[in-house]
Amino acid sequence: MSRSGSHGAGVEAIVVGASAGGIDAMSIVLPAISEAFAGAVFAVLHLPRERPSLLVEIFAPKCRLAVREAEDKEPIDARTIYFAPPDYHMLVDRGPALALSADPPVHFSRPSIDVLFESAADVYGPRLMGVLLTGANEDGAAGLEAVHRAGGVTCVEDPATAAVPFMAAAALRRWPGHRVLSLPALADWLSAVTAGNPA
Amino acid sequence: MDAEVARRERPSEFDIELQLLLDAIFLKYHYDFRGYARASLKRRVTVALTRLGCATVSQLQDRVLRDAALFQSLLDLVTVPVSEMFRDPAYFRAIRTDLVPVLRTYPSLKVWVAGCSTGEEAYSLAILLREEGLLDRALIYATDINLASLARAEAGVYEVDRLTTFTDNHRQSGAPTSLSDYYTAAYGRAVFDRSLRANIVFSDHSLATDSVFAEVQLVSCRNVLIYFTSPLQNRALGLFREALVPGGFLGLGAKETLRFSAHGDAFSERHRTERLYQKRMTA
Ligand SMILES: C[S@@+](CC[C@H](N)C(=O)[O-])C[C@H]1O[C@@H](n2cnc3c(N)ncnc32)[C@H](O)[C@@H]1O
Repeated sequence: MSRSGSHGAGVEAIVVGASAGGIDAMSIVLPAISEAFAGAVFAVLHLPRERPSLLVEIFAPKCRLAVREAEDKEPIDARTIYFAPPDYHMLVDRGPALALSADPPVHFSRPSIDVLFESAADVYGPRLMGVLLTGANEDGAAGLEAVHRAGGVTCVEDPATAAVPFMAAAALRRWPGHRVLSLPALADWLSAVTAGNPA
Repeated sequence: MDAEVARRERPSEFDIELQLLLDAIFLKYHYDFRGYARASLKRRVTVALTRLGCATVSQLQDRVLRDAALFQSLLDLVTVPVSEMFRDPAYFRAIRTDLVPVLRTYPSLKVWVAGCSTGEEAYSLAILLREEGLLDRALIYATDINLASLARAEAGVYEVDRLTTFTDNHRQSGAPTSLSDYYTAAYGRAVFDRSLRANIVFSDHSLATDSVFAEVQLVSCRNVLIYFTSPLQNRALGLFREALVPGGFLGLGAKETLRFSAHGDAFSERHRTERLYQKRMTA
């Protein structure tokens, strides 16, 4: 399978997950995604249950791609960053299209990073990139492993410098082969990959 | 079809087995999950494999076909019986302030709560209608496919530790009364007022296989359509459209919309943020 692999060529979608400290971390990572990237980005950020969420207001002005909160059965637009709405899981379904679910929380979280990552790995396989950032629980560890197993590219924020290292550390405990980068290095890498010049 | 496309479209073993399981369930038990959104269904079936101690979906199929009790356990794991009283209080507030004045003009009122799970949504609407002085002339049809959930709905008994959330939600819905007026708590359980039940009919009805059974002024179907693929959503919405009187109302879940559906044109938006729609006079 020459088109897949660890360099990030042929990436059609990116999934990003974070928990505690995640707004700051995503504020560095998401704006780094190049406007040249023709795929879609899906993000889960654990937040206290509230509605309406302010994520679109916070991130839209900072990002080069359009930023939206996901709606059920919404066809996926390229060049768009989708956030999971509070209190729903967000999944990628066949189509590909977005799907929401009100299933019980996973790792006490709804939306859950595992639910998004595993569903996206299933649909995109090796054309997916998974990025896991700061956080205080182990949601995302199984999901990132699923991205890797499906042949996708994976990366965690360096636990040594993450605001809260637990989430990235849990992912590395499950599979130590994820690329480990500090937040600024991760942003540079993502920017290069999405601009079409993977390092 | 080039090789890359072919590789993408090739279903995994799990996908193949899941399809066969759904066919088997339909043939044997007449429950039709074939039009359910795949990604979340797959997750729930994966959970079911662990809970029911099966190594593969084929093994699960083998057991389900021969064991009706096991099928009921699987149904519980697959149908997501989660609910809450006055979930999304703003939805109920919008019904109260915006729909009730219209509903009041009908001499008798019929409401359909589709996918009522363990009854919380139906009791919420019954309480709201009681508060607005409309329950006496109302009949609420509350339907679901999960018989175990329906039995719990009939009983109207909930764990007291859920009452804090229910009470907060109820208050935020603009309620003029206190939720504690409607239940008695004993032995860790809250038993809801039997008189609310007098105007609710709980029954077995599937949006996937059954047809319309009454003409209604309001349909509330929340967090059910998200489990369906678009064709099945369209089937269910077609039932609601047929059941509703012209000018009748349809309420969906907080993240559900008619925007991507085949029936969007038959409805106008009554309250955009709370997902309340009104059937057009001409539809
Ligand atoms: C997440 S619960 C929603 C409960 C409630 N409406 C609420 O929003 O709190 C989804 C319910 O839909 C029911 N359901 C699933 N498929 C159905 C079908 N084909 N017809 C009717 N109900 C169905 C399930 O049994 C479950 O009780």
